[in-house]
Amino acid sequence: MSILVSKSTRVITQGITGNSGLFHSQKCREYAAECQPGVDVFVGGVTPGKGGTTVDGFPVFNSVREAREKTGANTSMVFVPPPFCADAILEAADAGMELIVAITEGIPVMDMLRVRRGLEKSTSRLIGPNCPGVITPGIAKIGIMPGYIHKPGTIGIISKSGTLTYEAAWQLGRVGLGQSTAVGIGGDPINGTSYIELLKMFQDDPGTEGILLIGEIGGSAEQAAAEYIKSHVTKPMAGFIAGQTAPPGKRMGHAGAIISGGGGTAAEKMAALTAAGVVVSPSPGGMGEAMLRAMQGRG
Amino acid sequence: MKIHEYQAKQLLRAAGVAVPQGVVARTADEAAQAFTSLGGSLAVVKSQIHAGGRGKGRFVEQPEQRGVVLVRSAEEAQQNAARMLGNTLVTIQTGAAGKQVSTLFVEQGLKIARELYLGIVVDREAGGPVLIMSFEGGMEIEEVAAHSPEKILKEPFDAVAGLYPYQARKLAYALGLDAAAVRSAEKFLPKICRFFVDYDCSMTEINPLVVTEDGQMLALDAKVTFDDNALFRHKDVVALRDLSEEEPAEVRAADTGLSYVKLNGNIGCLVNGAGLAMSTMDLIKLHGGEPANFLDVGGGADEDQVTEAFRIILADSNVKAVLVNIFGGIMRCDIIVSALLNAYEKVGFNVPLVVRLEGTNVEKAREMLQASGRPIIAATDLTDAAQKVVRALNA
Repeated sequence: MSILVSKSTRVITQGITGNSGLFHSQKCREYAAECQPGVDVFVGGVTPGKGGTTVDGFPVFNSVREAREKTGANTSMVFVPPPFCADAILEAADAGMELIVAITEGIPVMDMLRVRRGLEKSTSRLIGPNCPGVITPGIAKIGIMPGYIHKPGTIGIISKSGTLTYEAAWQLGRVGLGQSTAVGIGGDPINGTSYIELLKMFQDDPGTEGILLIGEIGGSAEQAAAEYIKSHVTKPMAGFIAGQTAPPGKRMGHAGAIISGGGGTAAEKMAALTAAGVVVSPSPGGMGEAMLRAMQGRG
Repeated sequence: MKIHEYQAKQLLRAAGVAVPQGVVARTADEAAQAFTSLGGSLAVVKSQIHAGGRGKGRFVEQPEQRGVVLVRSAEEAQQNAARMLGNTLVTIQTGAAGKQVSTLFVEQGLKIARELYLGIVVDREAGGPVLIMSFEGGMEIEEVAAHSPEKILKEPFDAVAGLYPYQARKLAYALGLDAAAVRSAEKFLPKICRFFVDYDCSMTEINPLVVTEDGQMLALDAKVTFDDNALFRHKDVVALRDLSEEEPAEVRAADTGLSYVKLNGNIGCLVNGAGLAMSTMDLIKLHGGEPANFLDVGGGADEDQVTEAFRIILADSNVKAVLVNIFGGIMRCDIIVSALLNAYEKVGFNVPLVVRLEGTNVEKAREMLQASGRPIIAATDLTDAAQKVVRALNA
């Protein structure tokens, strides 16, 4: 079992005629073909104005609605450039996509506020933006992560960061733990899906036995997650927070990674998670070990 | 991106937000003329630098001179300006090196009845903008939040609809403003909230926000920060950028498409991905070292970018060792190593270099490193890398 991505997932790519949109659609198609031979998981793409053409075997449509009707897709992977990305996400929601995975980095915050408002009336779930995507190892990946570092298993990963998630998956592999699903929620201040929503999904997923939460400085989403964990999560958990040495007032790469007004520090997030019973690794080198300790009930 | 107070006030004025009359001066004579043209008996001469704390700040060359002063004549304006322009202002936010003042803003003096605080930010958890006001004008909002949180009022508003007049009145009454000031707030507050949204601000702070004796609400100070991701649609804002206020190495890095933040330690870091780059700094610190920088080369860095990244790191004379930490995902490790070896040749390394590689094509990359014959220290995992770089530093 897994969350978000299953054998019924069918994906179209918005922005498929762009360089990275096409490249990653190809990589995702290869991975899915290895996992589910003979099944077409990545069924096409959308670029307004290029409908009716094909690109490397992917049929291209003018709109998400048309793509959904003609391919049966239920999921969209979004690579549309930042100035137009909010519009693309809203179009996917309007077309009834169940899952929208937005990889694009650099969407203005005001645009994301409008997206969030637009999604309130929708049943679509948005993951990201500014994220590596979602992978259920052995089934499919929707995003830019390298497939081979993720092994099938029973740990759910929720992370704000891309390469740090790869690092975590690799460390889990070294201690013999695979993943049910790994989800990047993105490094932007406003995103589609919170830690709490994913914690709930992993808690309810029979295929997930433990959860690794990777956070970073900025905002208070990790503290809110800690509150939720206390009363709702019974599965063993480990965690790590990036940015313990970051200076206040400086944006550390991710738009959301900034300590402002004395709030959003790594120390307060680590303390909140520890108080909620999460095994927190102070070192990024200890994420796998921390998860193993949590699974063995050693805290 | 940040801008100066006088620039922020120009934008605010154009957006219909009330600000005092003011004139920009770049020479002492211009400051005197500004006083005369304002036509009052009182004016304020304000140093224009991005850092806060200017009123209490002092000049390195003129220790008696403050960064913001009240003056009562054109002559006084001129004398103060002469002691400020071209000199270095040190405030609580500039660091010991201070900032050179090249522009002054001369503003009319006002008869002030109340000093309040106004701030607008995006509340991440609520998913919308929020207007924050406090009774304590002139005080840092963090300080008020810590000592008397009951003096802070928060009013979330809709980014599309803006702040409704009833919300402005609600705040004005809660702040105990009189009838004339409530009417002024009813205009002022929705307009500044509209400005925040229309200009894609990440923060707008008016501290102090004043109410004059005749009941007018005005922005006495203005600190505005913009969302860098939205600058593509605000060419007028980009034109206001003052590069002299920014760290040169950070500007250089940004021009190359790198994300770099200078720190005060001596171990330079080159990493792919923001989360991993932050974690690498943490790792160094945990093992007793001090990171010299945050540097994310991104997911698709090419050889030129990696070379420039090394140049930026090594240009920092504090750097005594370098740690490269790459988790190759889509980016292949052998490409990184090829770039690294070329950069090594071009840039010229005179400090120890520790390299930790993992991910796609890592075996090939390790062989390339070995075959290069360069005195590069290879590390197997994060902990090993941190230990080796700290040891290399102390050797």
